[in-house]
Amino acid sequence: MKTCLFIIIFLISCTWFSDIQEPSGFIQVKGSDTLVNAAQKLAEEFMKEYPYIFVAVTGGGSGVGIASLINKTTDIATASRRIKDKEKKIAKKWKVIPYEIIIGFDGVAIIVNKKNPIEKLTIRQLHDIYTGKIKNWNQLGGYDSSIVALSREVSSGTHIYFKERVVQLDKRENKEEFSSDVLLLSSNQAIVEEVASNPQAIGYVGMGYLSPRVKALAISDRGDYFLPTPQNVIEKKYPLSRPLFMYTNGEPRGIVKIFIDFVLNEKGQKQVEEVGFVPLEK
Amino acid sequence: MSPKLQRIKESILEFFIKASGVLIILFVILIFLFLLKDSLFFFNSYSLKEFLTQGKWLPISEPPIFGIIPLLLGSIYVTFFAIIICVPLGIGCAMFIAEVAPSFLKNILKSFIEILAAIPSVVLGFIGIVWLGPLVKRIFSIPTGMCGFTGSILLAFMALPTIISISEDALRSVPYTYKEAAFGLGATRWQALWRVVLPAASSGIIAAIMLGIGRVIGETMVVMMVTGNSPVIPSSILEPLRTLTATIASEMGETVRGGLHYFALFSVGLILFIITFIINFLADLFLHRSKK
Repeated sequence: MKTCLFIIIFLISCTWFSDIQEPSGFIQVKGSDTLVNAAQKLAEEFMKEYPYIFVAVTGGGSGVGIASLINKTTDIATASRRIKDKEKKIAKKWKVIPYEIIIGFDGVAIIVNKKNPIEKLTIRQLHDIYTGKIKNWNQLGGYDSSIVALSREVSSGTHIYFKERVVQLDKRENKEEFSSDVLLLSSNQAIVEEVASNPQAIGYVGMGYLSPRVKALAISDRGDYFLPTPQNVIEKKYPLSRPLFMYTNGEPRGIVKIFIDFVLNEKGQKQVEEVGFVPLEK
Repeated sequence: MSPKLQRIKESILEFFIKASGVLIILFVILIFLFLLKDSLFFFNSYSLKEFLTQGKWLPISEPPIFGIIPLLLGSIYVTFFAIIICVPLGIGCAMFIAEVAPSFLKNILKSFIEILAAIPSVVLGFIGIVWLGPLVKRIFSIPTGMCGFTGSILLAFMALPTIISISEDALRSVPYTYKEAAFGLGATRWQALWRVVLPAASSGIIAAIMLGIGRVIGETMVVMMVTGNSPVIPSSILEPLRTLTATIASEMGETVRGGLHYFALFSVGLILFIITFIINFLADLFLHRSKK
């Protein structure tokens, strides 16, 4: 009986002290599948430093994250795309003010075999390759051999980004699809392997997967060509780069602010970099 | 131990054995009902006719198109060629082990076949990506080695142990008197093997082939890694194609639980279940006949 009482008193004092000394609470992070690994890693590191704040991370997709933010079922929404005007309007109706925080960048690199003489492509040419309008490398100034276009599986966030940016050229009314001849590979690594061994192949991977065994192409939207380097991604010169977002309802406050600050500081940015994204400043 | 206690012990044991038997059947039925339930949800909002006749699989488009034909044909192509490769090899090997090989060689061969069965499929897939794919590309001078044929070769390797061990059993269970009779009539060893033993073991061998098909059509990892996964209606085995299993494995992670795409994948699973069920049923039928 005595020990029982003692334990209870001990536990109460624990929570009491922790209230004073350490911030505590529960943060829900929901959204982008592209970012789910990064968010999970950030949460784990964060909880090592603030053991009384529990961070729960769920995926579901950028749209799901933003919808949950509007429904007030999540504190932070992660997204690999900017919030749409339509979503902003709905948010206003529900008196939610989405506050945008850029937590890092991601560049999508276009890779070919080292034997391929092609060094650069325009977005338009990429579009024609992936929709099946260009089928031979000699149409682009390369050898006379057919093009083997590689893509990620439909479960990949990068697949959707690439589809919107390149296949549909960022036009919402454009309903074009990947040509059905495009190979769908299950991982970034598989794409790198095939490109490294096949001179006819072309593929896209996250920048983190670039290796000396393949050649990254310089890409141009309108005008100059840029290579997928962290510098070009930060300066927004590389056309296939995208910022990665977190959204909160209004300016972050309390423990949410502590978490966001952690994400943006050196330690958090190191985690962002480790999962293969470009940190804010390098 | 008193006889009474013995009897109680026996009845408890009997109960457990019975229960495990019934449980297995129950599991299969439950899995089937589960797949059926989710597929029915799918066919509530997507027409069965479209599902079976559309030639396109575009699950994340607006509106999505779920046509199973490319996937079904992909699976059939890969399986067909895998069987063409592994049946002659497997039966030849079984004949050699059962009838020709001296006993020390027999043991070595058998243990190697067991090792072959133990290779994880992801390892075979990796070999396919880095070595076999480029080789196939070079030999046939095709644009990419990520095609159905590469998958077929690897799947043939995976089905070989099944085919060899079951057909070897079938060959060995042919009564020795058959052979003696053949020899007595002046048949050579080859004639006895080819004209007498092989036909006598035929239903066991057919069962072995059926089980091999079941193994091949349900395999996921290898085909996902090496066949390129393009959802096209394949016109040749040397083109990239997408199988039923690879589709489920690679798309399941992304679907929203309770969404149309989610249920569509369950329908694909149902089709696969029905196919493997029929194949296994046929195999069982043949095995049963060979035992008689």
